[in-house]
Amino acid sequence: MPAISRRLVLAGAASTTGLLSAPAIVRAQQVKELNFYYPVTVSAPMATIIAEYCEQYAKETGVTVKPTYAGNYQDTLTKAVTAIRGGNGPQFSIMLTADIHTLQALDVIVPFDEIGLDKTAKDWLASFWPAFMYNTHIGGKTWSMPFQRSVMVMFYNKAAFTKAGLDPDHYPTDWKSQALAAQKLTNRQGSAPMWGIQLPADISNGHWTFGALCGSNNFNLMNDSGTKVFYDAPKAVETLEYWVSLSKTYNATPPGVSAWPTLVPGFLRGDAAIIVTSTGNLANITANATFPFDIALPAGNPHPGSVVGGGSLYIFKHASHGERQAALRFAQWLTAPDRAADWSRRTGYVCVTQPAFDTPTMKAYIEKNPVAARPKDFLPAAHGELSTFQDARVQTILENHIAAALSGNETPAAALKAAQAEAEGILRRYQHV
Amino acid sequence: MATAGAERHPGAWLLVLPAALFIFAFTNVPLLATLVSSLYASPVAGHGGGFVGLDNYRDLLTDPGFRTSLLNNLIYAAVTVPASVVLALLMALGVNAAIPGRATLRLSFFLPTMLPMIAVGAIWLFFYTPQYGLVDRFTRLVGIGDINWLGDTATALPAMMAVAIWKQSGFFMIFYLAALQNVPPVLREAASLEGVSHLYFFRRVTLPLLGPTTLFVTVTAAINAFCVVDHVVEMTQGGPDNASSLLLYYVYQAGFRDWDLDTAAAATVVLALILGIVAALTFALFGRRVHYR
Amino acid sequence: MTAPRRLVTIAVMWLFGLLWALPLLYAIWAAIHPPLYATEFELRSPLTFANFAQAWHAAPFARYFLNTVLLVTFTVVGQCVLATLAGFAFARFYFPGRDLLFAALLVQLMISPSILLVWNYREISWLGLANTIPAMGIPYLGSALGIFLLRQNFRTIPSELDDAARLEGCSLLARLWKVYVPLSRSTYVAFALTSIAYHWNDFLWPLVISDSVTTRPLTVGLEIFATPDQGVQWSLVTAATLLSSAPLLLAFLIFQRQFVQSFLRIGIR
Repeated sequence: MPAISRRLVLAGAASTTGLLSAPAIVRAQQVKELNFYYPVTVSAPMATIIAEYCEQYAKETGVTVKPTYAGNYQDTLTKAVTAIRGGNGPQFSIMLTADIHTLQALDVIVPFDEIGLDKTAKDWLASFWPAFMYNTHIGGKTWSMPFQRSVMVMFYNKAAFTKAGLDPDHYPTDWKSQALAAQKLTNRQGSAPMWGIQLPADISNGHWTFGALCGSNNFNLMNDSGTKVFYDAPKAVETLEYWVSLSKTYNATPPGVSAWPTLVPGFLRGDAAIIVTSTGNLANITANATFPFDIALPAGNPHPGSVVGGGSLYIFKHASHGERQAALRFAQWLTAPDRAADWSRRTGYVCVTQPAFDTPTMKAYIEKNPVAARPKDFLPAAHGELSTFQDARVQTILENHIAAALSGNETPAAALKAAQAEAEGILRRYQHV
Repeated sequence: MATAGAERHPGAWLLVLPAALFIFAFTNVPLLATLVSSLYASPVAGHGGGFVGLDNYRDLLTDPGFRTSLLNNLIYAAVTVPASVVLALLMALGVNAAIPGRATLRLSFFLPTMLPMIAVGAIWLFFYTPQYGLVDRFTRLVGIGDINWLGDTATALPAMMAVAIWKQSGFFMIFYLAALQNVPPVLREAASLEGVSHLYFFRRVTLPLLGPTTLFVTVTAAINAFCVVDHVVEMTQGGPDNASSLLLYYVYQAGFRDWDLDTAAAATVVLALILGIVAALTFALFGRRVHYR
Repeated sequence: MTAPRRLVTIAVMWLFGLLWALPLLYAIWAAIHPPLYATEFELRSPLTFANFAQAWHAAPFARYFLNTVLLVTFTVVGQCVLATLAGFAFARFYFPGRDLLFAALLVQLMISPSILLVWNYREISWLGLANTIPAMGIPYLGSALGIFLLRQNFRTIPSELDDAARLEGCSLLARLWKVYVPLSRSTYVAFALTSIAYHWNDFLWPLVISDSVTTRPLTVGLEIFATPDQGVQWSLVTAATLLSSAPLLLAFLIFQRQFVQSFLRIGIR
């Protein structure tokens, strides 16, 4: 539409709605204000912490950074892209690291290399844990910065282990012993029934659980460029069969789909002895558990392994040069060792750099809570999260079929075969990339 | 009664203009535009696109997600509409009868209507939680054991239906109450004088007089069945495995999660078509039996 | 009614009523107890209102509340004005194409603007109004229901009154204002209450259109807050839910009679 008629219409609209419209689009020449969206998906007071950081940054630098809580990862992506398409999007956002291909296909993000990195910035990028840099590179360029990264781990109730006659200091390391342990821990009788193990399989989380289990089977579900998935490979089928067997054969977990949000409260209540969830729940469980607990890598086939996950900071293409620079400066400030340590301590997300681990506050925290040191050791065994083009859809396809298998409606082999076919249909148009 | 003073005045259409403008801009035109755009494909990665006729619809039919959403919605409507209407009538009859505590009863039935569907979703999410949710506590008490209402493909859709019925029945009750109170007491007196049984009176006199109300309530319930998906967004996100996905939710996913505007357009047209059929059907079925005074 | 039949009716209705109230009662229970006691039912567990305070601070509910009030006021007032004008025209005047136009507008009774999400979103963005409070109400400003109800009501007003006004030399709008509007109070009340309830609780369209705290209404704010990905703390979520629903619930409790009366009056002729 030609700009002139739009202005006429706007003038008309403005005269009737002026009072209530929030003027949005004019951006100051010197960047004094930035907007970003962020998700909250774990039980930590992230909104408060982020608000604090932004206030501090404003005091130190005079730049106002406005955070907007946008829901979960999927909601945040939708909202950010919707806003950008509507012409008043944020300059940067924290979104799922694994959404990199989707965002690139939507052509809304810009690689950090293009923003211009000086030596400090380059060193800064090099200081992140390699495992957390999974899903951040395409074509040799860095598209996002790890911020709230996590590993999927087993939280287990040591008291329950002892009660069941298991060694509380050594979590099982192979699939069979893990299943047997869970079976032993399961006690459905009495006034406080307990499941041995619970794994989340609901929409937007099921793929991560499956990824963790495949990671423990030393298997990647997709290729690096995000154009192919391997849902029906023998190792994947094997993994799903193991997951299904936990309820079918070992009766150690409820049949059907367990939902992510009830896992942690359930664990704290004693509904389950082992739960599979993000290290991002560590702070909450540390604060509220009334029993000794620990975390471990998912048992492996044969060696323990898992998957990384969580969110990264992306900078958007539509932002001006000044805004991109400003966003980059904020990103660096946000992940400075002291702040990263503070963030990790208060949420349970893993420190994204070694220097953050070495800060005095973190060291003191780890002394009091040795469990917090463990995730670092898990990183070498962690794989990248499932990440492809049309991420959300491809993940949901997998999750739907996993749900079908867990409910007994499809056999694992048939479920994954169907999932593969559907996913290939979606990814077909990206094969030339 | 109204005398049809059909005056002619040059300014008359100006009066209609503002409202008509908004309705056309945000209902009629988008409807047509969506219909037209559903016959085109958007370019992918910069090339392709153009008129494709019914291809989008063909792709829609091959998408298991769409087929499931459509089937789910039809079943959902087939259950929630009659259930809400019948329950509403029973509620109205109960509240209308001279029993103690009827004001409280009326409140209890009507309150769910005042809550936003999102709030209803949040409350029922709590209600349905396995193990400590109220429903599972009850099922355990009667020996059925834990049921993962929202996590099992067999129970997810019925669970959604219960939520919708709970929310809307009270609203319809009010309309039935009004209609019941409009049944002339003279009729009832005459009937009891002649020794007519309650059931007979209900069937032959009350029900037909409730015709217009039933029509209104049924149409509203049918529209709700296809246009309200807040609880799906809140509680299950269509899962597990599309078991609770409804048509409008499918449209929302296609349009705002997958950015697949072609699919969204085609699915919207199907939705609009269904609504049109519902309107036509309800009027055809009930229009004849409605007694106006 | 015979005595035993009456007793049975009473018992059944009370049970029915109790069952119906259970979800809400359960939510209230969880909201007024600390998290540990929220899901157990010991009658002597401690009561607390801390959950409400916490929920209030966990998300900017005050701002959401303001946004909702602004949105609903804007929308309902706009609807009443537009529907009055149009209803008047349809009720009392003839112009070419009138009946066809009326039928075209009634499409909105079946097809709500909110199902045409994608296209309407594009239109609003094109107007530069995305993420504004009015944008959440604009697609609804033309209300087919309002027009329908007011037209119906205006037609029942004796034309003698209108003729009298006309003879006095009143303009179109003056006739409308002096004769028709005052005599349609109950219709306005009924329509306004229905519309307020609908727009206060509207979710999907505001979800799509609002992107920030300054525009988000209560429903969207609640969904984001209660969104399943957060480690759910039920006492907090139920407290937030009750907070968001409170205004409308309270209004209903206070104005129960009027609410019910007005719905009765909208009545089906």
